[in-house]
Amino acid sequence: MTDDGETRQPRDETRAEADIPAPAAGPVAAATGAATATVPNGARRAALSEGRRSERRLGWLLCLPAAVIMVVVTIYPIVYAILLSLQRADLRFPNDNKWVGLTNYVTVLTNSFWWHAFAITMIVTVISVAVELVLGMALAMVMHRTLLGRGVVRTLALIPYGIVTVVAAYGWRYAWTPGYGYLANVLSDNSAPLTQQAPAVGIIILAEIWKTTPFMALLLLAGLAIVPDDLQRAASMDGASTWQRFTQVTLPLMKPAILVALLFRTLDAVRIYDNIYVLTNGAQGTSSLSILTYHNLIGGLNLGIGSTMSILMFITVAIIAFIFIKGFGTAAPGSDNAGRR
Amino acid sequence: MATTTRQRTGWSIANVVVAIYALIPVLWLLSLSLKDPSTFTDGHFIPRKWTFDNYVSIFQVGGFLRPLVNSIGIGLISTLVAIVFGTFAAYAIARLQFPGKRLMLGASLLIAMFPQVSLVTPMFQIERQIGLFNTWPGLILPYITFALPLTIYTLSAFLREIPWELEKAAKMDGATPFQAFRQVIVPLAMPGVITTAILAFIMCWNDFVFAISLTSSNRARTAPAAISFFTGASQFEDPVGSIMAAAVVITIPIIIFVLIFQRRIVSGLTSGAVKG
Repeated sequence: MTDDGETRQPRDETRAEADIPAPAAGPVAAATGAATATVPNGARRAALSEGRRSERRLGWLLCLPAAVIMVVVTIYPIVYAILLSLQRADLRFPNDNKWVGLTNYVTVLTNSFWWHAFAITMIVTVISVAVELVLGMALAMVMHRTLLGRGVVRTLALIPYGIVTVVAAYGWRYAWTPGYGYLANVLSDNSAPLTQQAPAVGIIILAEIWKTTPFMALLLLAGLAIVPDDLQRAASMDGASTWQRFTQVTLPLMKPAILVALLFRTLDAVRIYDNIYVLTNGAQGTSSLSILTYHNLIGGLNLGIGSTMSILMFITVAIIAFIFIKGFGTAAPGSDNAGRR
Repeated sequence: MATTTRQRTGWSIANVVVAIYALIPVLWLLSLSLKDPSTFTDGHFIPRKWTFDNYVSIFQVGGFLRPLVNSIGIGLISTLVAIVFGTFAAYAIARLQFPGKRLMLGASLLIAMFPQVSLVTPMFQIERQIGLFNTWPGLILPYITFALPLTIYTLSAFLREIPWELEKAAKMDGATPFQAFRQVIVPLAMPGVITTAILAFIMCWNDFVFAISLTSSNRARTAPAAISFFTGASQFEDPVGSIMAAAVVITIPIIIFVLIFQRRIVSGLTSGAVKG
């Protein structure tokens, strides 16, 4: 890491200087150039590294509190979870703790409940993210292009984002509960969709889509704002239809924004918990990985199995993130210094 | 002219669709919370018999005040700490050259993607051992941790946009470095900090996984978790009215936030997430 930083630094610095517009940049750059030419190499390096060293120290110092908290609260527990996952650790039988190696992993990975929850999680993730992408794009277009009442539209669209997931989920639950709900009555007489697997999963997906489409739309809106109007106009003069302009001009330019939105939402959907907890609590085979893990831990008090599931979930998320970042390269946030000044 | 009118109509229709999309489920919550218990099961969208009893009862009988105070307190403290430390780190990342910068950004991103449930198992055990289980700090710590990546990303994007030459100019005009920072940079950075604080607060306010697994009573349980533990007057009664009233109560602050800060939230989310 240090090496990496060392080698990259000079390049960054030149870029930083070049990026400063304004008159200030010119003379400064020129002065640095002149210094390079006249001052002997060794002396210059010593002088620079003094300033650079203090900058480095300050950088580390400023990052320290945040880094310490993040490490203590995540890295330490994760190490602890790995250790727990290799033990038989069941709070109901506290005297029976012992090392069991990978037995817990075998137990979980050969269990149909795990794979069922895995399948449900993936179904919910794929369908909701796909629908959200389309709906979110439409919503972003409305937010971007609308002429009258732009503020009102944006405010309204943000409401689902602000609402607590659990609250929204209760709303959907009672909307679909026979007797209480306006939607259950619409469907047919006294059907109870939340008590059957497929309709229940459908409602979970619906609740997820309603809640998070605005978030997706906001990320896409940022991408839309990047697309220059001139380009659209030029394309339209060349005779491109609205659809052609959308697919040939807008979409390619928005690629980074789309990929970021997809990555964020996919990882978020894989962790789905609140919605399912409220809507079915995992009944009728609608458990997600998070629900299953939670039930084993808090319900079953089986820390060993719970930890094993935690680690496996972490690995699942890491694999998805890896595929996204590898597949999309520089589009991932933080993967490059684009936009740095 | 014809096209403009048609376009205007088209967008207006789109706006109405968005409004319906966003508002119907919210109005439904409101409607249920205002229904008299005897009319819960009529399935009507608009209450036939209005009452505020559900609201009165969650505070008088349901003890909802404590979780509400917990939510506000825990949310504010977590946000404050995350903002202070996040601003430090974001400043360093936006302005300084130091090795380990990418590591810092990478680690933040990793934590932002972390499945919270993966942390629940070990934290449940660790917090029970060191006595943080069911306390405010027991929730504040994970909240800070998950708010930090958000603040670091959003704020460093904001800070990059600040014209830092102004600081230099102020110093040339005779300001001390602290004066230059205090009087030039801080006012410019403030809107970004406020936006980020709102986003972080919404995140803490919204959390459910940690709130139900790291608490066991109203001592530290936050409002969303408390709602899920509401019980009806009898074992067989569904506490619909209480749940909905509480739901509306914890939705109001967020809607007010959104109404006031809509513009800032939009720019905060968009600049932070995509340019970061």
